[in-house]
Amino acid sequence: MLKIKDLQVSINGKTILRGLNLEVNKGEVHAIMGPNGTGKSTLANVIAGKPGYHIDKGEIIYKGKNILEMPPEVRAQEGIFLGFQYPVEIPGVSMTNFMRTAINEHRKYKGLDPMSAGEFLKLMKEKQKLVEIQAKLTNRSVNEGFSGGEKKKNEIFQMAMLEPNLAILDETDSGLDIDALKIVANGVNKLRTKENATIVITHYQRLLDYIVPDFVHVLFDGKIVKSGGKELALVLEEKGYEWIKDESSK
Amino acid sequence: MKEEEQNNILDEVTQSDYKYGFVTDIEMETAAKGLNEDIIRYISMKKNEPEFLLEYRLRAYRKWLTMKEPDWAHLKIPPIDYQDIIYYAAPKEKKELSSLDEVDPELLETFNKLGISLEEQKRLSGVAVDAVFDSVSVKTTFSETLEKQGIIFCSFSEAVQNHPELVKKYMGSVVPYGDNYFAALNSAVFSDGSFCYIPKGVKCPVELSTYFRINTAGTGQFERTLLIADEGSYVSYMEGCTAPQRDENQLHAAVVEIVALKDAEVKYSTVQNWYPGDKDGKGGIYNFVTKRGMCKGSHSKISWTQVETGSAITWKYPGCILLGDNSVGEFYSVAVTNNHQQADTGSKMIHIGKNTKSTIISKGISAGFSNNSYRGLVKISKRAENSRNYSQCDSLLLGDKCGAHTFPYINTANSSSIVEHEATTSKISEDQLFYCQQRGIDTENAIGLIVNGYAKEVLKQLPMEFAVEAQKLLSVSLEGSVG
Ligand SMILES: Nc1ncnc2c1ncn2[C@@H]1O[C@H](COP(=O)(O)OP(=O)(O)OP(=O)(O)O)[C@@H](O)[C@H]1O
Ligand SMILES: [Mg+2]
Repeated sequence: MLKIKDLQVSINGKTILRGLNLEVNKGEVHAIMGPNGTGKSTLANVIAGKPGYHIDKGEIIYKGKNILEMPPEVRAQEGIFLGFQYPVEIPGVSMTNFMRTAINEHRKYKGLDPMSAGEFLKLMKEKQKLVEIQAKLTNRSVNEGFSGGEKKKNEIFQMAMLEPNLAILDETDSGLDIDALKIVANGVNKLRTKENATIVITHYQRLLDYIVPDFVHVLFDGKIVKSGGKELALVLEEKGYEWIKDESSK
Repeated sequence: MKEEEQNNILDEVTQSDYKYGFVTDIEMETAAKGLNEDIIRYISMKKNEPEFLLEYRLRAYRKWLTMKEPDWAHLKIPPIDYQDIIYYAAPKEKKELSSLDEVDPELLETFNKLGISLEEQKRLSGVAVDAVFDSVSVKTTFSETLEKQGIIFCSFSEAVQNHPELVKKYMGSVVPYGDNYFAALNSAVFSDGSFCYIPKGVKCPVELSTYFRINTAGTGQFERTLLIADEGSYVSYMEGCTAPQRDENQLHAAVVEIVALKDAEVKYSTVQNWYPGDKDGKGGIYNFVTKRGMCKGSHSKISWTQVETGSAITWKYPGCILLGDNSVGEFYSVAVTNNHQQADTGSKMIHIGKNTKSTIISKGISAGFSNNSYRGLVKISKRAENSRNYSQCDSLLLGDKCGAHTFPYINTANSSSIVEHEATTSKISEDQLFYCQQRGIDTENAIGLIVNGYAKEVLKQLPMEFAVEAQKLLSVSLEGSVG
């Protein structure tokens, strides 16, 4: 589904990713961990097509196509979803209106007619239940005045609405209380199918108790320096990143 | 706002030319170019006006000759040759029409293109429409229904013929002819406009709506509107404008006067979408308007809501004179400027009565190379004890070649009153745009969404049918402003 080859990315002349390789197949869950500032969000943003990054080298193949030239909205319509580490507020724009616009843009791309108001509201209700987000949140403006945890839940709600093929969740667990964490993880698990894939970026092994990854990667200094099964997360939890730094500088 | 409508609106964002830029080919009867007392006599004669009105026009004209164009606004106004303007134009053969069949088919076609077919309006929406086509009203609908309630809603010219006593009593009582240069010009040469009188205790059952349209090349348009709400009455009035695409500049200097007597309430909404000129700033309407309401009686209320997206230059400060004790004035505005448009707009709230309250919510949106200024005056006189004003002026910038400015003037003559002023300037952030894009919404649609969200406080003041049009306009008028 996703194949990243020798990706080198810089921003404002500063190189962030330095020859990163990653392959994600249908049905898989990958966890990416690594110290602060090593380029995890950068990787997520670049896959989603955020402007401002300079791709110095490499390619990102998604569903067999190189997507580097594809505008971000088309990547989204092609099924890439990014759960933001810091979701932005859009004052005055209701969640309902926002999601309705988004869904209909997705439908247009697929050559489908816009969803009727009735159908849409039904879908909203259904997904609200699925991710256990309160209806009152989705009646408000996009993320405006949401608490940190509410914003994260709202990301999962949007993911549920858009049913992506590839979901990248950037620290969706940060700032969540233990109950919310379970709800979010639960939501992700319910949305998991054989056809789609998930990349979770996290600092905490505890999320991986709920969303069990097939692979764990350590991103360090702009590269994936170590990959393994879910046990790797436990080792990291215990030992930190120092030993990897030592290993990788050998 | 229905979501479905919202989406239709967003779909339209992809159309980029000024949609209403067509010209109707109808025979016009026009006066010679230029301005002098003879022309004024000619206009007055053509309109079969009573003596007092001709006198009024002449006084205004003589006053105008002594005045100068205002130069204090943050605007660059090219010199206007007032002798190069035709001051009177009317569709030929204007006879009394009893049904739409008698209306020139070309004219109906124009209305159809604008989506404001009178028939449709009449039949479906329950909106009474006084359609002003150029200078002379062509058709007034619903007047019979309104008549039953004693409501008078007609063209200004008709009011002059049928209700001269009301015209004489109220015209110029809120905006005197000497008020400013453009008001004086209008008072001298005004062609037509709308007149509305709501009798005591009557709540007008429909939204009264007037569509204005400038049509003849080189014809200045001088609308005159007078709206009187008698004691305890209520009316919601909508004014909407579109104009055909033109290369020459067209001067528009309208005057709108509202009088609200004791316990009366008037809501006046405007969607203004006149030709703004092309992308290089060529052509477009000069919109120099004087709009003012007088809360004459106690506990009266006047509320202005405007969505301004058109015109090359806008000079406009709808305001309220709060004369009656406990009266309320409101001003809600969204002003969009794009490309080379210039706007200097805001509100004036003059508190005279005790316990008077005013609110100003202004949302400026600038894009391209445009300049958008808010200019507001809040004046609280000595008598106006315990009065309050709250002003909030927000500016939103798209791109870095446009300008936004705020000029608040506050003048308080007593200590028991409170005046609050808040101002913010923001930009649409790249993070907001990317967030939308990541959800599959392209840049133009994203801007439409964000801008409509930003202007929501004002848009929600509009009557439903107007809100739809306004949302559409906001998106369409900002096309191509980013990226
Ligand atoms: N616009 C920018 N200009 C310069 N440097 C930037 C810019 N944006 C990000 N960086 C730098 O890129 C590096 C990687 O940032 P990134 O957000 O990808 O880290 P991260 O791995 O997600 O960290 P965290 O765990 O703290 O979320 C950081 O050093 C950051 O300061
Ligand atoms: Mg990060």
